[in-house]
Amino acid sequence: MVTERDYNRLLTLSFDTPMPYEWSVGIHGSRFFHEIKKHQRFIGIRCPECQKVYVPPRRVCAPCFKELHELVVLPNQGTIRAFSIVNYPFIDPDTGRQRPIPYTYGYIQIEGADNIFSHIINETDIEKIEVGMQVRAVFKAKTDMQGHMSDILHFEIMENPGV
Amino acid sequence: MAQRVAIVGTGQTDHKSHRPDVSQREMIQEAVMRALADCDLTIKDIDAFVIGNMDHFESINYVDTWSVEGAGAIMKPIMKVTTGGTTGSTVAIAAYYHVASGLFDKVLAIGWEKNSESDTTAAIITCSDPIWDRFSYSGAIPSLATEASAYMKQYGATQEDAARVAVRDRNNALNNPHAHLRRPITMEDVMSSPMLAYPIKLLDVCPRTDGACAVVFAAENSAKKICQKPAWVKACSVRHTYTWFGDSSDYTSGLVSLKRASQEAYEKAGIRNPAEELDVAELYLPYTYAGLKWIEDLGFCRPGEGAQFVADGHTNMDGKIPVNPSGGVISTNCIGATALLRVAESAIQIMGKGGNRQVPDVKQAIATGFGGCFWSDVMILGAAMP
Repeated sequence: MVTERDYNRLLTLSFDTPMPYEWSVGIHGSRFFHEIKKHQRFIGIRCPECQKVYVPPRRVCAPCFKELHELVVLPNQGTIRAFSIVNYPFIDPDTGRQRPIPYTYGYIQIEGADNIFSHIINETDIEKIEVGMQVRAVFKAKTDMQGHMSDILHFEIMENPGV
Repeated sequence: MAQRVAIVGTGQTDHKSHRPDVSQREMIQEAVMRALADCDLTIKDIDAFVIGNMDHFESINYVDTWSVEGAGAIMKPIMKVTTGGTTGSTVAIAAYYHVASGLFDKVLAIGWEKNSESDTTAAIITCSDPIWDRFSYSGAIPSLATEASAYMKQYGATQEDAARVAVRDRNNALNNPHAHLRRPITMEDVMSSPMLAYPIKLLDVCPRTDGACAVVFAAENSAKKICQKPAWVKACSVRHTYTWFGDSSDYTSGLVSLKRASQEAYEKAGIRNPAEELDVAELYLPYTYAGLKWIEDLGFCRPGEGAQFVADGHTNMDGKIPVNPSGGVISTNCIGATALLRVAESAIQIMGKGGNRQVPDVKQAIATGFGGCFWSDVMILGAAMP
């Protein structure tokens, strides 16, 4: 049985170097971010076979395995389908730092889309957020946009949806 | 046509939060030696290997190659299969395919993880799409919490309903000498544990474990010679869903991959009423709400009735479908091994080797695997040769 005093005898080796990567976003994904920067609007893409609209747009509809071409402009708002208020610390592998907690992340069905969009919702009080609420996107200042998901700052709960 | 295949032996380490006394290869070797001892074979008897873990967790790639000494696979065919949380069960199913094909006689399935050597949440986040999901994705716990939030809204299940699942699994673990967490807990303990990601509290969710598991699959003729009571593979099914988290989540339809995988497996095994016809279930439940939701997807009860089914005691050791006599994932979670442990524990039940955790008279058992991208594996084992 390993005991406390064995920890000096049993060594470990640490690795602390950051490992940089660069990924290609692709044609459709890049278009999505360009539309956000130029027009502050979401675009999706429709499958010719099943008619599903996906946001963000992508090259292929997975179940149909068909190539997609028809872009669709979507409103900047949608419905919360699920969420969670994250309340424990962890290191974000993108930044190497801890994300500030608490924060709320959720899955939002953008109006007109058939899939669900993952992002941050700026409400961390469990009494004030519910599945089914309407939320709208809040964007960063255009000059700060980088072609990254964070160009959408977060989603905020709409006080009077439909107005 | 698939040949008949049975599990003839299993081995696992004594699971702990930290095993500083072994390197990864050495820990793998322990499980392999125990599996061979369980069925009185030597490493020479094994024709091929399938191995898996959460590949990127420990940041050492090509596990099939560098683990070869610990796996015992020098100069033999070995394949790596890693499919996230479902790794262990996919490894088992891949090993089964090897033997069922008629090309290999005895195949060793190995699953393992040294969770103490990885930053679990950060590593899980790296499995998400870097452009679309990683910004908001927060690891396994909040992702499962989103599923729970939708389920509670749809059916009115409560945190207390879920807590019952933890109390059941953790108390079952007291009967399992290999389990990681072996302290009893009460409903009050669960309800007062810290909230990690609403509605999941610390005691609602699985631990991080260092551990390994190995399972020996053998073709019909060998199986009969090696083992008095082999656990025959009756059916397997694998269902993986969308890549992007937003796409895989239809929050009102349940865990679709598990529904489809289990439907296919039940059909192959000739099972019409799973809760009545199965004698024991080792289910991959990484958190308590899964124990309410996913038994509906498995057809143990109707949608929305999971909480009542559990509250009525049907999943207890003396219930009609005992769930997780081993203590399940909530008591032990060495991720790459976790789903393989479900297969091993189901086989143990059929082989009658369960000791204090043995359910009496097990003829049919089900093992499931779950992966964070909402993927599912199902394996049904039986005491009678198919």
